[in-house]
Amino acid sequence: MTLHTPGPESPAPGASAARLIYARPEVLRDRSTHYCPGCGHGVVHRLLAEVLTELDLPAHTIAVAPVGCAVFAYDYLDIDFVEAPHGRAPAVATGIRRVRPEAFVLTYQGDGDLAAIGTAEIVHAAARGERITAIFVNNGIYGMTGGQMAPTTLLGQKTTSSPFGRDAALMGYPIRITEMLAQLPGVTYAARGTIADVGSIGKLKAMIKRACQVQMEGGGFAIVEALSNCPVGWGMTPQQSIEHLKGPVVEAYPLGVIVDRGAVAQPTHDLGCPSPAHPEA
Amino acid sequence: MTGEREPGAQADANRRARVLMKGNEAIAEAAIQAGCDAYFGYPITPQAELLEWMARRMLELGRVFIQAESELGAINMALGAAATGARVMVSSSSPGISLMAEAMSYMAGSGTPMVLVNIMRAGPGLGGIGPSQSDYFQATKGHGHGDYRVPVLAPASIGEAMELMATSFELAERYRTPVMLVADGILGQAMEPVDLRFRTPERQTFDWALTGAAGRPGRVIKSIDLDPEVLERRNLDLQHKYREIARRETRWEGWQLHDADLVIVAYGTAARVARTAIERAREKGIRVGLFRPITLWPFPSHELARLSRHVGGILTVELSAGQMVEDVRLAVEGRCPVAFHGRMGGLVPTPDEVMGALKALKGRVDRIASPERHAHMAPVSRWHEPPERTEAEPWIHERVRRGGRR
Repeated sequence: MTLHTPGPESPAPGASAARLIYARPEVLRDRSTHYCPGCGHGVVHRLLAEVLTELDLPAHTIAVAPVGCAVFAYDYLDIDFVEAPHGRAPAVATGIRRVRPEAFVLTYQGDGDLAAIGTAEIVHAAARGERITAIFVNNGIYGMTGGQMAPTTLLGQKTTSSPFGRDAALMGYPIRITEMLAQLPGVTYAARGTIADVGSIGKLKAMIKRACQVQMEGGGFAIVEALSNCPVGWGMTPQQSIEHLKGPVVEAYPLGVIVDRGAVAQPTHDLGCPSPAHPEA
Repeated sequence: MTGEREPGAQADANRRARVLMKGNEAIAEAAIQAGCDAYFGYPITPQAELLEWMARRMLELGRVFIQAESELGAINMALGAAATGARVMVSSSSPGISLMAEAMSYMAGSGTPMVLVNIMRAGPGLGGIGPSQSDYFQATKGHGHGDYRVPVLAPASIGEAMELMATSFELAERYRTPVMLVADGILGQAMEPVDLRFRTPERQTFDWALTGAAGRPGRVIKSIDLDPEVLERRNLDLQHKYREIARRETRWEGWQLHDADLVIVAYGTAARVARTAIERAREKGIRVGLFRPITLWPFPSHELARLSRHVGGILTVELSAGQMVEDVRLAVEGRCPVAFHGRMGGLVPTPDEVMGALKALKGRVDRIASPERHAHMAPVSRWHEPPERTEAEPWIHERVRRGGRR
């Protein structure tokens, strides 16, 4: 990977022995995070910082921080940030987008924020085809408040608010919200990746990059869902949580690009919904 | 119009600048002329014409208009746009304002300027679509959670509403705060001749606005602080700001106060009904004046307190069960009797009703002045008290009922 902003530790010209291949992007602040040991948020922050740097975006970015574990995202990413009330990040991003057409607008949301309390806001931002990029970290639980059931919690999964396991008869089914959003013609790009292993992380980064490029090229709404873990909330060791992520979680939430309609702005008169069986190129 | 009947060209220009306008549309146009960059709304009666005016005019002018998916969506779009330093506005009516309460608290906490117009209708709940002032508590004491206030401006005419729109943007930007303009449904729906004279507050550059962190560290607009010491300091700063606003921005209007024995305190449409009643009372030789708060918060408490030392009694008239009257009583501190007359549910007190309440107050004031003072401390309420319940009630209800009858 190439980095445009190597740190001060870069080797002096002519120093042939060492070649810097991995460094902290400057936009990622040099500080420890409040995330629990083994949490996937750090990986997603890092990928986002790398992509923003590679696309030369930090100076143009206005980001929206959610309520949830990533509430302090602005402590780790050195870009302009506004705090949104719980679930409202897509509406806040819409307001920024419309008055700042030149800005790069980003939301960073968790699954409680995006798929429960903020369902209306994410659906309508997507329906309007708002030119924003949503980074959606799905760990299937409300981590910040102590591990309660989320709309994305797997069937049978025990949480502090589903102590006997999630029962579909009582608590309904997990929501695949990224697939739901992908139905909307305003959505230019929707994809799901994971932080489960090195290979997946590389693919996830490519998805985040594409979701950012879509916005830069004038496309509509773009979302990347990052399946992540929550060792503390899941009651597992970090290693167990990664195995769980690779197994039942990925099985419930299939990986891959769900829709990529190209970065051409959607015509406003086209109100037809594309059939899932015939995805547009 | 040729202007032949007018003495000069200037008079002709004045006449052309005076047009008949509906309140909602006049408020919308005043906001546009005040430099509103972005408007976000959701349909609700009786403010829908405001949204409709914006839908056409803002797009004509190349500005931002979005009909949001809900009032939650609308005000959070406003939050985002305002965070970048844009001049933004939302409007709604009472139930919609309840939904906007969440973001109001966030904007007050994070210091994000915005103007919010509430064309008030009757509650509670879905209530009705008739005019009301029953959101006084909501506007001045509440909406969202936390220790915060927002300036609340209450026009009594469409022309004044237009002027106060510009003032609202000024206050919002000067103090980095949401500002509310509240008008009952009559002011939104009625048509009045208005002068097409507009004011555009000067643009400022904000050192807090989010513009992209080019050549500077990232800026953050937020209300959260988990460190109690830090959060208390932030709260103290807010309280300091509110004291500043109370000291500098309190607005009210007096009318016929110079010789008044009795004073009506009323705002908005109620103040206009009160003026008619005052004219009739003066014809009958009762000297009554009008004290009209223009800022509901900050409430003109000091001015009213001063006035209460020189008058025999005060009557508060509202389109509510009696909300502002609590602030009136707090200001008056028992120096003179404070009576109340109000209608609810979308009804408006008539001048005759207000006359009746004035006469009752006058009788009470005269009794206080007479040697046998009796029962003057009982508050006078003009709406119908429910009949006493005969069946056995839980103890708590008894306590509340007895305690309530001071």
